[in-house]
Amino acid sequence: MMRLDRTELCLIAAAVVLAAGGLIAPGWLVFLLTMAFAKALVVQGVVMQMRAGLVSFGQGLFYCVGGYAVGMGGQFFGLTDLAVLLSAGVLAAMLLAMVLGLLLTRYRDIFFAMLSLAFSMILFGVLVKSPQLGSTDGFNVVSWTLFGWSPAKETAPMALLTVTLVAGLAVALLLHRYVQAGVGVLCEAVRENEVRVEYLGLSPRWLLYSNYVAAAAVSALGGGLTALAAGHIDPEMAYWTTSGEFVFIALLGGTGHVAAPFLAALVFAVVRTYAIEFVPHSWQMILGFTLLGVIVFLPKGLWSLFSRAKAKGAAAS
Amino acid sequence: MTAILETRALCKSFGAVTAAKDLNVRITKGEVVGVIGSNGAGKTTFINMVTGYLPPSSGEILFNGRPILGHTPRAITRAGMARSFQVAQLFPELTVLDNLLIALAAAESPRPSFLRPLRTKARIARAETILEEFRVTRFRDAVVTAVPQGARKLIDIAMALIGEPQMLLLDEPTSGVSVEEKTGLMDTVMSAVRHHGVTVLFVEHDMDVVRRYVSRLLAFYSGEIIADGPPTAVLEDQKVRDLVTGHGHGKSSQKGASA
Repeated sequence: MMRLDRTELCLIAAAVVLAAGGLIAPGWLVFLLTMAFAKALVVQGVVMQMRAGLVSFGQGLFYCVGGYAVGMGGQFFGLTDLAVLLSAGVLAAMLLAMVLGLLLTRYRDIFFAMLSLAFSMILFGVLVKSPQLGSTDGFNVVSWTLFGWSPAKETAPMALLTVTLVAGLAVALLLHRYVQAGVGVLCEAVRENEVRVEYLGLSPRWLLYSNYVAAAAVSALGGGLTALAAGHIDPEMAYWTTSGEFVFIALLGGTGHVAAPFLAALVFAVVRTYAIEFVPHSWQMILGFTLLGVIVFLPKGLWSLFSRAKAKGAAAS
Repeated sequence: MTAILETRALCKSFGAVTAAKDLNVRITKGEVVGVIGSNGAGKTTFINMVTGYLPPSSGEILFNGRPILGHTPRAITRAGMARSFQVAQLFPELTVLDNLLIALAAAESPRPSFLRPLRTKARIARAETILEEFRVTRFRDAVVTAVPQGARKLIDIAMALIGEPQMLLLDEPTSGVSVEEKTGLMDTVMSAVRHHGVTVLFVEHDMDVVRRYVSRLLAFYSGEIIADGPPTAVLEDQKVRDLVTGHGHGKSSQKGASA
């Protein structure tokens, strides 16, 4: 029997509280939470690579693959089961990452960042030029079912929030173990000193490759859930500004904890929603100032507020 | 005696510069071999070629009788030849314990686990034993950047040794360490090495250190081996005194050979 540690128990408790809160929350908030947590999964993929010293400016590629797999599964293959659709997206992203990773893991720093962006933009270009896939307009996603159960229109958003929370929790629990396990820690070691990793008898490329494929899977899951929540997909999912948004959220949260991307995605969604509401013509400026503030005052992200408080508490006791 | 490492006519050129010329070295199991030479003599180039970091221009390298030319550093490490570096190569933002745990996990499998924790009781116990052996237990939980230079050199060597290699190549283990610390550091290293029964080749500039620890000495000059034999004989060799130690004109001290 696997024992759960304090972080895992806190993650489970947070998911339960959020799911319970969703039952009494207004529709707009349920939608905002679903979108924020689905996008947080994509951000987890960015953070996984940041821990290995790589910044992906093209994570929108896998977000889009996950979304389009869900959309195309329903539209062209008549699939409606949520588990099947999401699995198809994850599988497609992993297969693509297995191919692209062979090239991408040869590069570091800005070259990796730009090459990841290039692949994402290639997909964007292909989708824009594909009338069968709705070209720039994209297309709608069919209503989903789950193991034969078809939720009513009123209950579907809450059901999807629950599914997103379950998926997010599962990913968070796995990533919590992953960052403490061999590959997770060794990815940090690659970031610190690749030469030493090689002279310990390990392949830094294999470690980065495994991490890249795992990050693609997690991001595709987020893409699939976003498509189901929004009910629509379009090539914008692979556009560079979308990938930039994921990097923004990753920096906002920091890499210090598996919960950081969820918190950051939520803060981002709230700030953006209210910025658009109150200053519709300059909401980007508000986001810019937010990021500026975080980088200057919290260079390790929002999560450092918690880690600082924890450190102070430990020092006091 | 069985040769653990053998190089045959090993050469390396960087454009017009010849860094290694016709190096024929045969090291048998259990030997402690020292390598001396002035800066640019080809000592580190030799280590870099043998450990797969630099491809030789020509020649052969055999480890335990098997050719290893063209093998990656990781393949050579896994075959049983580990190395330390002139500038300690550690993971600076991680703790000393984590550095050793990583080395241990790497030694256990070339494909580390995705979910099994790095910090297991067995690994921690093994890492603590090594820390004790290298007398750096007090730095167990310190981040590497906060650890003094001498201790970093020891940790670097401990990381190479924790995987139980058959042969260890040490590139200037006492460089950057104060004169007072050198003997203590080398005593610790050699005691650990003897305990593990490892064959050692180390590059060193301090002739007192060389004389004290090695059973055989190679003198490099301008990419060639100009003397090979017991340390006393090599250090007394006129060519070595003239070209390497700089004591061919009756100087009394033999320290600071490479300065």
